[in-house]
Amino acid sequence: MSSSLSPLHLAVALDGAGWHPAAWREPVARPGELFTARYWADLVAEAERGLLDFVTIEDGLGLQSSHPIELDGRADQVRGRLDAVLIAARVAPLTRQIGIVPTAVTTHTEPFHLSKAIATLDYVSSGRAGLRVQISARRNEAAHFGRRTIPHLDPVNDPHAWETVGDLFDEAADYVEVVRRLWDSWEDDAEIRDAATGRFIDREKLHYIDFEGPHFRVKGPSITPRPPQGQPVVTALAHETIPYRLVGRAADVGYVTPFDAGQARAIVAEIRSEQAAAGRAGELVHVFGDLVVFLDDTTAAAEARRERLDGLAGYEYRSDALIFAGTAVELADLLQELASAGLSGFRLRPAVAGHDLPAITGKLVPELQRRGVFRQSYEADTLRGLLGLSRPANRYAAV
Amino acid sequence: MSKPLKQVHLAAHFPGVNNTTVWSDPKAGSHIEFSSFVHFARTAERAKFDFLFLAEGLRLREQGGKIYDLDVVGRPDTFTILTALAAVTEHLGLTGTINSTFNEPYEVARQFASLDHLSDGRAAWNVVTSWDAFTGENFRRGGFLPQDERYSRAKEFLQTTSELFDSWRGDEILADRQTGTFLRDAKAGAFVHSGRHFDIEGQFNVPRSPQGRPVIFQAGDSDEGREFAASTADAIFSRYATLKEGQEFYTDVKGRLAKYGRRADQLLILPAASFVLGETDAEAEELAREIRRQQVSGATAIKHLEFVWNRDLSAYDPEGPLPDIDPDLGEHTVSRGRAQVRMYRDPLATAREWRERAEANNWSIRDLVIETGNRQNFVGTPATVAATINDYVQADASDGFILVPHITPGGLDTFADTVVPLLQERGVFRTEYEGTTLRDRLGLAHPDAEPVGERAAS
Repeated sequence: MSSSLSPLHLAVALDGAGWHPAAWREPVARPGELFTARYWADLVAEAERGLLDFVTIEDGLGLQSSHPIELDGRADQVRGRLDAVLIAARVAPLTRQIGIVPTAVTTHTEPFHLSKAIATLDYVSSGRAGLRVQISARRNEAAHFGRRTIPHLDPVNDPHAWETVGDLFDEAADYVEVVRRLWDSWEDDAEIRDAATGRFIDREKLHYIDFEGPHFRVKGPSITPRPPQGQPVVTALAHETIPYRLVGRAADVGYVTPFDAGQARAIVAEIRSEQAAAGRAGELVHVFGDLVVFLDDTTAAAEARRERLDGLAGYEYRSDALIFAGTAVELADLLQELASAGLSGFRLRPAVAGHDLPAITGKLVPELQRRGVFRQSYEADTLRGLLGLSRPANRYAAV
Repeated sequence: MSKPLKQVHLAAHFPGVNNTTVWSDPKAGSHIEFSSFVHFARTAERAKFDFLFLAEGLRLREQGGKIYDLDVVGRPDTFTILTALAAVTEHLGLTGTINSTFNEPYEVARQFASLDHLSDGRAAWNVVTSWDAFTGENFRRGGFLPQDERYSRAKEFLQTTSELFDSWRGDEILADRQTGTFLRDAKAGAFVHSGRHFDIEGQFNVPRSPQGRPVIFQAGDSDEGREFAASTADAIFSRYATLKEGQEFYTDVKGRLAKYGRRADQLLILPAASFVLGETDAEAEELAREIRRQQVSGATAIKHLEFVWNRDLSAYDPEGPLPDIDPDLGEHTVSRGRAQVRMYRDPLATAREWRERAEANNWSIRDLVIETGNRQNFVGTPATVAATINDYVQADASDGFILVPHITPGGLDTFADTVVPLLQERGVFRTEYEGTTLRDRLGLAHPDAEPVGERAAS
């Protein structure tokens, strides 16, 4: 079977009114509702109608900015957001099948808190929780916590900048290790309710995780029992060798940003090599391509919309990811071409949530189904199941 | 003219990880599955309760160096479960216990502001403090806080989060498509806090939520805790649910309000209370006795004795007499992760008194623990219980109660169906939810945003 005909996995990345900075000014946008439950519930319901594998929800511990690490002081774009884990918790009971993957920052938060939060999201969604980990190299966000200082990053002129970034990613890898150990710190059958001995749990099936690293020590066990999936799905966005290493060491899904099939092939090879170096060569690790999408019925309409939005924003919107503007047929062609280079799925970033998300579910998905590369109905009840990941054995369980 | 009738406030405490909760009953369900929380919350909302209450503990309890296994163990993350419950309820307040020691203000303020947005104004925060290195072993900073600084940190934590909540006034978002102005002011959310425990600045990134700030609960009981509550809290989760103790506490705390420029109705006093209902008062009493025996197994009785003796007593027979040896007066090492052990300030005197009572009544260890343990607060027919609750509230023993059922998740069902209608008949409990936010239901004003950003900048 040709790899271009393998089924594709499809996720959408939700962020405010959409990824284009002027998305909120479109007539379909609901900029006054960005901080309401209804808005997020509607978006996730739309994604579920399209049988997508999961949604991700962006987050950050400071105001959004058009600059990579500094605030931009702009008032003409969406600023302010709700906690992504809590948006996920709010929409989980309203959906049945779609995976829900909030973003969490590892740099300033507690792995103990996040582990139980995602475990709880897994309980309230009956096994559909994931997590996207992100570092923060922003000095303004560090000042919100006042616990550590982040040096000004100038990778071009300062070779030490990469050490700082590397350290933040090493901390993220330790963080994921703690989160994962805590998920396993209760064996599945630890709750016994044995009336004869009066014991609610078999404490031999609860485990201290005793993690010690340069940034934190965590004793365990978790206060929350092992979640339904055992291990919820861990994901990370990666653009460079250092984050590829994080994907190889710690993630189930990596999001990458190739601009063509050649780049995709090289990135996948690099992640596979990091995976092998981390002793995970035998494990299924998905590599998804990230794309910003403007989807319309004609290529001209999509390009015109992109130009109009750039005009409203006052500058040409650029992205770390490839920006696609065109039709569903053209996008399906592109996705299949990139998939042939080893990507197993895509995380699409709708330029305008109110326009491009329904275009993904209503046009792209039927096109991919027609080509036989996308599901006709949900085939599993858990996010791991949708991604072809089995429920893992507990690392602490006696064999 | 007689005093107008006070309205009773009622809340539902999800059964906790202690021996009040009877997990061995055939009716006892899961303590972790979402369906249990949904059942419990919907019952409370059907009964028009003010709010649901969740406790928290950030380290599993240990006794004798081992994880304590006789009570329910395991619970969800507070913010996550409360926000999920916002999806399956419409009016019920959502109160979470969140620790001010092992969290940071910016993150907690984001989480409460987000919960308040996502629940349309139903968030409340029970602010607790801890200091123990035992719990600290699960967190980045470890056991960093001396015991005598926990209130100092808690106060500054609460003050700092108030500044963050108030850093948005509520009119910043214009979202004007025509002019392209999303924010009226690019400096929205600006804050500066410089203090002993927190030195932070920047911009808060959650716009002002429907309630402005979550309703603030406090649970401490020491003199310092009472002052903390009188100065800043909207409500107190207290432990005094009997008439006399309740009245003393009520008078004491409400009497502290004036010096902070606050009125008596700006602080609600809501004790935790357990209940047992029966067809007759006698049947309820019998059932209550039975439940107390279920709550204190032989093994549990020995463990509770160890709180006082501070020794391994596993060799003793729970059906036999109390130990002859005296408590170990050294540092408390037997039980960790419990507030309860600090209640016995003079273990020798407690042990002497217990031995005397056991001998006089011919009690075994288990009998003694059952008899000296907490009795249920309200026992009787629905009519008796409704009358007693109302009497206590009208007599200023409290402003209402946070009910703690002993069965998950159905322990509130009968109360909702039988006692609530009787309180409604008396005209002392709502028949429809008033207003739109938890503050409205508790009769608390919505706070105005103090211009903290400007004050800090000037």
